[in-house]
Amino acid sequence: MLDTRVDAAVSTAVEVSGLRFAYPDGVEALRGVSLTLGRGEKVALLGPNGAGKSTFLLHLNGILRGRGQVCINGLPLRRDTLSQVRAQVGLVFENPDDQLFSPTVLEDVAYGPLYMGLPPEEVLERARRALAQVGMPGFEERSPHRLSLGQKKRIAIATVLSMEPAILALDEPTASLDPRARRELINLLRELPQTMIVSTHDIPLVRDLLPRTVVMDGGVIVADGETQAILSDGPLLATHGLDVF
Amino acid sequence: MAVRVPFGDRYLAGRSAIHDADARVKLPAALAYIFAVTLTPVGHWPALGLLALPPAAALAASRLSPVVVLRRSALALPFLLAAVPLMFTREGEALFSVPFFGWTASREGLEAVLSILAKSWLSVTAAVILTATTPAAELLRAMRALALPRLLVATVSFMYRYLFVIGEEALRLVRARDSRSARPAGVCLPGRKAGGSLRWRAKVLGNMVGSLFLRTYERSERVYAAMQARGYDGEPRFLRNRPWRAIDVMLAIALVAYLAGVEVYARY
Repeated sequence: MLDTRVDAAVSTAVEVSGLRFAYPDGVEALRGVSLTLGRGEKVALLGPNGAGKSTFLLHLNGILRGRGQVCINGLPLRRDTLSQVRAQVGLVFENPDDQLFSPTVLEDVAYGPLYMGLPPEEVLERARRALAQVGMPGFEERSPHRLSLGQKKRIAIATVLSMEPAILALDEPTASLDPRARRELINLLRELPQTMIVSTHDIPLVRDLLPRTVVMDGGVIVADGETQAILSDGPLLATHGLDVF
Repeated sequence: MAVRVPFGDRYLAGRSAIHDADARVKLPAALAYIFAVTLTPVGHWPALGLLALPPAAALAASRLSPVVVLRRSALALPFLLAAVPLMFTREGEALFSVPFFGWTASREGLEAVLSILAKSWLSVTAAVILTATTPAAELLRAMRALALPRLLVATVSFMYRYLFVIGEEALRLVRARDSRSARPAGVCLPGRKAGGSLRWRAKVLGNMVGSLFLRTYERSERVYAAMQARGYDGEPRFLRNRPWRAIDVMLAIALVAYLAGVEVYARY
């Protein structure tokens, strides 16, 4: 039987087992990744460049399809469940210029709800609410190319918040932000109640916001545990090219 | 490093009746106007004079700087070059002849050239006023409302969005090249010219264009992934438009009636 319900009793938000993926040029980006996230958990994904972090995040809503199992809120990711899974997982890309592809901010934030087939009033209502949530009301008619990077990052988060996802997957949310924009973004992330998995090199952010840390290297998970414990394990971090200052 | 492309939006923000008018009216009105100008018989100066009135009125109402509009409408000038040969190829009353070449200009030819200049300049001016008073996003919405194919509108909309991103990328490439295009301090090696050969420089430029293309191609894949992540299923969808206002529709009807009147006058 096709299970299309989101089971409220399921306490795992993300369940990935034995995930393998190779790019068309033969590079094996994921070589057997298994990971379980509980509801409401905030998890950091650390690892050097090329460890497979972004590739992994792209599997959470089926943009990439590797071998292995991905379950979102108890719903297995398959061709026929793809659109339901995408409504549950809000993926925020590293470069907001890739994520913001509409001529105006409002159209971009409304994009997800529009594709969910919601009535027009609710689409607009959700878009406005998401913009307010990221502290950018009044930017509806602005063009993305006129915004600063910090503003673009916030709008990019709004574009998935408007879909009201249960899980947020963020790829390097604080990369190349100036200190103030970074601080504002961290404060925004702190407010969000969703289950969160954040790929980042920003250790202070991890310490501040994410109680659990997963370390990836070479397409596999090499460590998984409490952030405090992992960040104080010098030899582990050194082996995988991570610096903690 | 922050870079900003030297070409910006055509839109000049302002508050006026023309700025506020519905783009779904302005766009077809401008098209109808260009159509009427094109249909006007060659050399019918009173009709062309009457046709100059709507853009003049729009310009006055829009509170745009006439200097800016004139400068932008200079875009029409190159058309004149293409039209000049008509002066000599049209048969008719001889005006003067070019010594040595033996070309003879005719009155009919001159009229044709001046008509083409006037028509293209009026048309470009109408388009300049349209784009200066209407944000690109509004124009795109108007195209959708006017039932242009969705895929076409989506393509134009991506073009508008990424023109700036790709322009900035190109600018960064050029800056990276320029900051490494140096001359050695002190004396040059004898027989060596700084800057390299033309052939080598052309090769560098070719590589830059290729790299820009690859980056753009890769970006298109990431953008597509971002669209899929938010549910894109191959069918462009858009927000609903704002309601029509009676005043906009009335203005459009008045303009069309005026244009039709001028065309009838020019013919009979």
